[in-house]
Amino acid sequence: MSGFPILSLMLAVPLIAALACLFLQAKAARSVALIATLVNLALGVVLWMNYDIGGAQWQFTERLEIFSGFSWALGIDGIALLLIMLSVFLMPICIGASHAIEKRVGEYMAAFLLVETLMLGVFMAQDIYLFYMFFEAGLIPMYLIIGIWGGADRIYASYKFFLYTLLGSVLMLVAMLWMVHTAGTTDVPTLMAYNFDSKAQTWLWLAFFASFAVKMPMWPVHTWLPAAHVQAPTAGSVILAGVLLKMGGYGFIRYALPMFPEASAYFAPLIWGLSMAAVVITSLIALVQSDMKKLIAYSSVAHMAIVTLGLFAFNVQGLEGSMMVMLSHGLVSGALFLCVGVIYDRLHTREISRYGGLAINMPRYALFFLLFTMASIGLPGTSGFVGEFLSLGGVYQISTWAAFVGTTGIILGAAYMLYLYRRVVFGEQKNADAAAMPDLYVRELLMVVPLALAVLWMGIYPESFIAPMRADIAALDARLARAKPAGDSAVTLGKAMPAQAQAAAHGGSH
Amino acid sequence: MDWSHSLRLIAPEETLSIAGLILLLIAAWGGDKASRLISILAVAALIGATALVAPALCSGAMGPDTSAFFGQIHADAFSSFGKILIYLSAAATLVVAPTFFDRFGAMRAEFPILVLFAALGSGLMVSAGDLVALYIGLEMNSLAAYVLAAFVRTDGRSAEAGLKYFVLGALASGILLFGMSLTYGFSGTTSFEGINAALSGGLSHGALFGVVFMLAGLAFKMSAVPFHMWTPDVYEGAPTPVTKFFATSGKVAAVGLTMRVMLEAFADQADAWRQIIVFIALASIVVGALGAIGQKNIKRLMAYSSINNVGFILVGLAAANVQGASAMLFYLVIYVAMTVAGFVTVLMLKDEAGNPVEDIASFAGLSRTRPGLALGLGLVMFSLAGIPPLFGFWGKFLVFRAAVDAGMMPLAAIGFAASVIGAFYYLKIVKVVYFDEPVDVIKGESDIWHKAILVVTCLFISPLGYLLSGWLQGLTDTAAAALFHAL
Repeated sequence: MSGFPILSLMLAVPLIAALACLFLQAKAARSVALIATLVNLALGVVLWMNYDIGGAQWQFTERLEIFSGFSWALGIDGIALLLIMLSVFLMPICIGASHAIEKRVGEYMAAFLLVETLMLGVFMAQDIYLFYMFFEAGLIPMYLIIGIWGGADRIYASYKFFLYTLLGSVLMLVAMLWMVHTAGTTDVPTLMAYNFDSKAQTWLWLAFFASFAVKMPMWPVHTWLPAAHVQAPTAGSVILAGVLLKMGGYGFIRYALPMFPEASAYFAPLIWGLSMAAVVITSLIALVQSDMKKLIAYSSVAHMAIVTLGLFAFNVQGLEGSMMVMLSHGLVSGALFLCVGVIYDRLHTREISRYGGLAINMPRYALFFLLFTMASIGLPGTSGFVGEFLSLGGVYQISTWAAFVGTTGIILGAAYMLYLYRRVVFGEQKNADAAAMPDLYVRELLMVVPLALAVLWMGIYPESFIAPMRADIAALDARLARAKPAGDSAVTLGKAMPAQAQAAAHGGSH
Repeated sequence: MDWSHSLRLIAPEETLSIAGLILLLIAAWGGDKASRLISILAVAALIGATALVAPALCSGAMGPDTSAFFGQIHADAFSSFGKILIYLSAAATLVVAPTFFDRFGAMRAEFPILVLFAALGSGLMVSAGDLVALYIGLEMNSLAAYVLAAFVRTDGRSAEAGLKYFVLGALASGILLFGMSLTYGFSGTTSFEGINAALSGGLSHGALFGVVFMLAGLAFKMSAVPFHMWTPDVYEGAPTPVTKFFATSGKVAAVGLTMRVMLEAFADQADAWRQIIVFIALASIVVGALGAIGQKNIKRLMAYSSINNVGFILVGLAAANVQGASAMLFYLVIYVAMTVAGFVTVLMLKDEAGNPVEDIASFAGLSRTRPGLALGLGLVMFSLAGIPPLFGFWGKFLVFRAAVDAGMMPLAAIGFAASVIGAFYYLKIVKVVYFDEPVDVIKGESDIWHKAILVVTCLFISPLGYLLSGWLQGLTDTAAAALFHAL
């Protein structure tokens, strides 16, 4: 496959389809969008198949010097590969979930396909300015999606989303300008290895933090997220929670951590503090929500806080765990928003109290909803467990307090998710209209079954997902080693058994 | 320095002057019936003049060979760059104007000729190498501009705009002239080269006052804060094609002139005037953005947007080096394209009877009644807001990169953060056009020329524009280098 610009192709397919959708009627636009996203999924699978685990750090690289000041440089490592897979996997499901959209379908599909191109671009870009462009440009289609197809309070939500994220990003751009001026290159791999002056790092880190913290979103700048989620259409929520939030985490892991190791260590307590606050506060807020989407939105903030805890654990477990939480959260929160969308399409309300006893009339729905609820809580065997366990285990080595408070998030998560599930699915059928809702249609099954399978796959055999990024995480860990803060957990290694005893203990199970 | 060489160097100006005089004669005999013919000929003259100045830019002309009439006029790559922008946007004005004026029956034969002379004056401004040439160019431009602002005599707003522009413009010219006389008094020469040499030992108090007063006059012409007050009123009142002309040609000329004065006459005194520019730039960005938020009229909004944009352009001037100058020129190109697209859209927004609609609330739901027009407006607004991947972003990027490279981090950080305020009101237009329920006021048909210009400019500000970035960067670098080699 060497030399074939598969990454550019993956960017071009949705872009071309987006332009086509602008000129097409509703039905044709739906088909074009679905085909384009499926083609991209197929390309993604090809990409994964051809990704050489343990090979070069940067694969499928492309470089074209067609602009002044920056270049069209693409390339992926294992971390980017997984996030790309998550995006291309969720996109066809989003298009399928947009069944209820009836106004301006062509424009809607165009906006979604454009979002796909830009998201993929963020994960693929190897030029820091190209990255910024993709990163920022995503605002335009998301602004339109929330503003045109959102619910009642959509205007406010769209402004909040746009201006919050823009303010964060422009500060990052100033920092990027300075970095490129100092390092003399826009090439991301070179910048990742460049040692900036540790005093300057502080400022640069803060600027990047301003952007990624808003995108992530971290408490207390998370307030745009519930507003945007509640107002966005189902598919918009899926993409927002599933992939767009991951751009913040990706930003930390690709830019803030490797480029500014000293500053990252210096500010780690700040991140822990904010994450701890986020876990507890947003979980408690989620507990009292009466709106299903808002509840899941707040749970996203709590999960993202586990991600930041793991990222700033400065060890392999923490980093791998964060990546796994991001992937798992992408699947699970996307699936939960789909589940909400399914019943919203039937009853047109997100009020939890309007539902109840759905297990009676929608047994299959209840099953899948339960699976995703458990995955969100982090039950072993589901995707949520692996990541949360690893990242909390990672952070324990460096800050016991952060690990302690972070773990309460799991308990609180169980509380609000089970409470939600009980109110919606169990209990009496209080409302006749809710009791009359039909079970999942085939179209809806086609969307939730792949998600359910992926959740189980990730929970039962996470090695498939950890293997591609192992070398990259190790490289990042090695880069961070020099700045690693001392841990307070005083973990001591146990005494290793003599080799013979060990072999005996395993009892020939090899 | 022989006369024939000088006369050859100012061939574009000669073309325009002679064409203007001939067209005046045609107007005298043909009357208003001939206005369409005159428009066509004027556009031809402008395009001819563009063709005449283009070689200087392509060949990167700079140095003493390009200086005509003992340094009065520099026909170098920099002035060539400015003139191409000025002439082309003047031509675009003439192309879109007739449909607008015909409706009032106000299309008069003088209009194209005035635009021609205003463009000639603007061209002189960017090529001036001497205070006298500067002032002649400026007044030639202004005189024509005052008349143009008041061109629709039956419209009270237009007359008001003309009068306000004239009174305040005369005041600003006076301030500028006062600054020039101080500069002359303390340096003993009117040539930029001589001034720079005379002040090389440092600025005396008198010369410093000269710089400040000259900057005040120039800030007025650029509509930079705190001398911006006239802009919203004039932009709103003047006929829309004229507003477009002010916002494009006028702006290029004023910015180009400021660059000439600051980077040639006071080139070695950058430390003295940099703080003034930094203040003007930041104040323009903030005031332009805040002022625009409350506006209900699209032309007033565009006026505040132009104040805002001047602020961004001046960030490049604060860097006071070749990179900064090059970034300013690049920004100007993109700004002209965005402004042309913006005003052409405004011209196309007409109700059923063909009357222009300027009230922003009337654009509600435009995306459903006129999707093409709405897309154009949306692109312009996102581009003006500087959201990548639209080309408007690249202009901002370049000026701030120049500022960062020159070590002015706080300026870049504050300026960029303030650009978020600007994004708010651009988003408001997008919101009205895309999110609100249609009111279906906009029904008027537009002619093919408007559409053509809109499509070309929108393609330029779309991400496709980046494909031209390498080529344009080469041109702006050449032009900026010429500016620094003019001495």
